[in-house]
Amino acid sequence: MTYDVIIIGSGPAGYTAALYTSRAFLKTLVLSGLEPGGQLTTTTEVDNFPGFPKGIMGPQLVTDMKTQVERFGAEIKQEVVTGINKGTVFTVTTQNNEYTAKTVIVATGASAMYLGLPSEERLKGKGVSGCATCDGFFFRGKVVTVIGGGDTAMEEATFLTKFSPKVTIVHRRDEFRASAIMLDRAKKDDRISFLTNKIVEEILGDTEVTGIRLKDAKTGEITDYPTQGVFLAIGHKPSTGFLQGVVELDPKGYVVVKRGVSPLAAQTETTVPGIFAAGDCVDPRYRQAIVAAGQGCMAAMDAEKYLEAHGTEVHA
Amino acid sequence: MADVTDQTFDTEVLQSDKPVLVDFWAVWCGPCQVQGPIVEEVAAAVGDKAKVVKLNVDENPVNAQKYGIMSIPTLMVFNRGAVTKQFIGVTSKDTLVAELNK
Repeated sequence: MTYDVIIIGSGPAGYTAALYTSRAFLKTLVLSGLEPGGQLTTTTEVDNFPGFPKGIMGPQLVTDMKTQVERFGAEIKQEVVTGINKGTVFTVTTQNNEYTAKTVIVATGASAMYLGLPSEERLKGKGVSGCATCDGFFFRGKVVTVIGGGDTAMEEATFLTKFSPKVTIVHRRDEFRASAIMLDRAKKDDRISFLTNKIVEEILGDTEVTGIRLKDAKTGEITDYPTQGVFLAIGHKPSTGFLQGVVELDPKGYVVVKRGVSPLAAQTETTVPGIFAAGDCVDPRYRQAIVAAGQGCMAAMDAEKYLEAHGTEVHA
Repeated sequence: MADVTDQTFDTEVLQSDKPVLVDFWAVWCGPCQVQGPIVEEVAAAVGDKAKVVKLNVDENPVNAQKYGIMSIPTLMVFNRGAVTKQFIGVTSKDTLVAELNK
């Protein structure tokens, strides 16, 4: 059986795309990947997704999206895509299966980056964490550090004050990428302090984290800073490795979409006709759940148009 | 799939004559909600060869601390009372089944 649309990814972009295609009675399969639900599953309160006047927890938001999609008959399988081949239809390969589809929507998002230090790898789960909402609980009464300067770093630091008496944000520059409101909240909290212009050289500790070795970005001075937990929030990279050689990627790995000059052109089509992309895997700039959802909708509508033009009946 | 607690850990896990996979999890952990259904599938796939259980770290602090859990989900394989393998973070069905089938 050939699907009309296979959607790769299950964050706001993927589920919104699936909502639109399944409501248009297109045979839709969502392959939800290694981290079903995506980045929202590790966030806390989401206050900037309209429609929830009291805010909503990130994991709940994405679970609700899934439930909504299931209502319209999209199939969801928890499989990880390893490749796409183009023939008369697209063949999408996962670890155990092969599926065919007339169109593909790539909505694989992005995943948290690590520093890439051997000491970091060795101490993962022993004080090094990439998810404050998961692991903050284990640092009750302990002194912890958050590495990064964006919204995620501010959110994690604020969250960690629920458990930790002293949270330090370490950032390699003195300017922050975080939004004004998030930065302000962290700065006003007297349990949170800031160390700027510091680069993490090493995470210290034998069996668990005892500190971090920092290099001053301006003076080059090396200092050891004691801490019992290190939470990484240094940004994300697009999850597009499997697309190498399939569609064009930019030097940082983001999927290149046409963004047609005419406002009437498909904005989400990749360099391969019939493959569309949406969300954080195409977007190094905005990276918001609401933007991803909007792009997911666009990709679904572009795929519908493509199917219509290629002889599939679409009931939009 | 069975829950184990600080009270039952000894008899259910440490004294088991089969290998036991323990999923250390909590309600408030998003990735744990992802791991849960995977572990259910692992249980179905390995059948009688191994036991698959989960432990809520929030309600069972003694064993969470004893095994130095500082990140969840953590999955540990116990063989005759000893930890023989540990996975940190969401781990795929294939990886876990392969480990239990060793």
